[in-house]
Amino acid sequence: MIGRRIEKPGCLALAVFGVIAPMVFPAYVQQIAMLWIMIVFALTWDTMGGQMGYNSLGNIFFFGAGMYIAAVCQIWPWYDVGQYTDPSGILTTSFTPDQYFLGLALGVVLAALGSVVLAVVFGLIVFGLRGPYFAIGTLGLAIAAGELIGAWDWVGGGGGIRLPVFPSGTDADPLFRVPFGDIQSADLQGVFFYWTCFALAVLTFLFLRWLYRTRFGLMLNAIRDDEAKAEALGVRTQLYKTVAWSISAFFLGISGALFGNIIGFMEPLEVAFPTVTFGIFMVLMALLGGKGTLWGPVIGATLFHIIKEVTWTHLLGWQWVVLGLLIVVTVVFFQQGIVGWLQEKRPEWFGIEVDRGTAGQRVDAAAADGLDAVLDTGEDAAGEGVR
Amino acid sequence: MATPKTASQSRTGFLSPAWLKTSGDGWTLLLMIALVCVVLVLISGQAQTNLTILQVAWQQNIQLLLDGLFIGAIFALAAYGLALVWGVMNVKNLCQGEYVIMGGYIAYYLYESGIHPFFGLPIAIVFMFGFGWAIYVLVIRRVIDRDLFTSLLATFGIAIVLQQGLNLIFGPEVQTARSGLPTATVTLGGGAFTFAWIKLTAFLMCGALALAVVIFMKRSRMGQAIRATAQDARAARVMGIDTDRVYAFTYSLNAAICGAAGVLIAMIWVIQPFYGITHSIRSFVIVTAAGFGNLPGVIMAGLGLGVAEQYSGFVLGADFQQATVVGMLLLVLIWRQIIENKHRRVVE
Repeated sequence: MIGRRIEKPGCLALAVFGVIAPMVFPAYVQQIAMLWIMIVFALTWDTMGGQMGYNSLGNIFFFGAGMYIAAVCQIWPWYDVGQYTDPSGILTTSFTPDQYFLGLALGVVLAALGSVVLAVVFGLIVFGLRGPYFAIGTLGLAIAAGELIGAWDWVGGGGGIRLPVFPSGTDADPLFRVPFGDIQSADLQGVFFYWTCFALAVLTFLFLRWLYRTRFGLMLNAIRDDEAKAEALGVRTQLYKTVAWSISAFFLGISGALFGNIIGFMEPLEVAFPTVTFGIFMVLMALLGGKGTLWGPVIGATLFHIIKEVTWTHLLGWQWVVLGLLIVVTVVFFQQGIVGWLQEKRPEWFGIEVDRGTAGQRVDAAAADGLDAVLDTGEDAAGEGVR
Repeated sequence: MATPKTASQSRTGFLSPAWLKTSGDGWTLLLMIALVCVVLVLISGQAQTNLTILQVAWQQNIQLLLDGLFIGAIFALAAYGLALVWGVMNVKNLCQGEYVIMGGYIAYYLYESGIHPFFGLPIAIVFMFGFGWAIYVLVIRRVIDRDLFTSLLATFGIAIVLQQGLNLIFGPEVQTARSGLPTATVTLGGGAFTFAWIKLTAFLMCGALALAVVIFMKRSRMGQAIRATAQDARAARVMGIDTDRVYAFTYSLNAAICGAAGVLIAMIWVIQPFYGITHSIRSFVIVTAAGFGNLPGVIMAGLGLGVAEQYSGFVLGADFQQATVVGMLLLVLIWRQIIENKHRRVVE
């Protein structure tokens, strides 16, 4: 059981990397913070797509919702949001450190809770849809949200919102200055959000790790394998689906709140509800790593993020074409993903015991499949002959 | 006869209180009403002004209706292609809109090179047929037998490749292929509306194309093979039909139809590399509303969508035009769900 044996060292290695990364690679703090957000994306998508079999193309909706809720919460206690977002920029604003951190804390909490509320409300609509209708319906939800927010002037419309500036190093809370010494404000912001993103990723991972081992995880798998049968056996599918979506929404809402503050500016189509970038990245990362597994999304997200950061800027505008090709190739040729492929090749690594009897049957089944294939080609050949 | 209580009927709780369960699809209806209310509150001032304009200058209605019908006919054409692929191969083609936009750029390219965009029609049909065949051989053939999400995601990937490729080649500007046909201003009862001859021409071309496809499906050998495969692929194979070739032909035919629709769109409207997704969603709305194998339904839904879009674009503002299309998608999906739930209750 190599899988079990390397899991602990794997966790440990990631944790150590996460802790020392900002000291060792200070220039890449923001990129590594993005890696943690990407891991959260892939993990939360997999809760729905991999474990429950509901492939959503619109999970990015909660990311954008969380971002907007957080932004409004950071501004609203101190300024009028409508005036603050006015494109003429009449209002001059400044936030004291206390105001900033209080607003941020409020924003993150309400972004998480607000996303959960939205998940429950929209879950009532979309969970009647099955299979491809669910995917298209959720995609429509995310696109519609972006379009409607873009037409809503109170939150800045298409022009977006610039978020409060992180307090400068001199007047920042000494609590944050002590561990990092005398560093600049921009660096301080990077380091602060690095730690919050890291904490979020660790929290998401540990929570889902625990969740998949409970009865709840089994219920999700039952819904994936055969929803009608699960319902007939008394599984309250609608409830479980809604709760699973709420869990995704909870973590995605927080990630949106943090991401908005890292970037410092948000607008509805490209930053908050980017259906064809982040929205599709999460699907791709989970598929690449292996959907329906705990480690698959983590590995997929890490690999994808590294490839993306290393090659992206060298592709001179062709990166999005490459992204599309990557989706097609992954989906068509490598759908089981890295972890799925390993499970197939080396089941003993994962503590899956292959019974000799069933293995024999599997060989028989494979032979039968081969025979079927031969028959099929035979039919096709016959078809050609007749035509 | 007393019907036995099923699990879903007897179950009430936080998410499904009894009064909502018993009053039909209460939740869904309540939510729809709430959503519509939110949208109306958001835009009420501007919308009322525009509604007043429609009442006073009633000629504007004729304009919106005509434009809606002309554009809606082209939506119906592209949606018919999707219904074909969906019905025959059970592939939900999310790059439908990108094929439309590709056809549009063929017309635009000809226009830029000094050739009349009408010639784009045959060229787009031939080119897109070949392109569709290539995509089928490279990708679609490998995802037909897999689960539905696979084909959906694979075609979404193709859509991203195509829209970004078009963006790199032609740039992100909004383009149109001018046909040079005159535009007449019709005065009627003190008001006026414009009438572009190209729109009527495109409408007639669209009708002719649809007729050609229908006759092809009814009369030709390949059309019969396609319909046979749609009914029962296995039986068709037993009867000696090469279903792989039928699938390839169906998919290519769909691409060709979309290409032709795109040429017409480029002449009467605008194209842009990223407008494809909206066209895909339009096709989905129409097919989901009408069902496949229902040509009159597809035409009615297409025309209806065209008119609805024109009206919402005018009343709510151009910002809402795309949101309207997506909103229609959600409404159609919810409506479909209600119908299915009713069906389920009847079966129970």
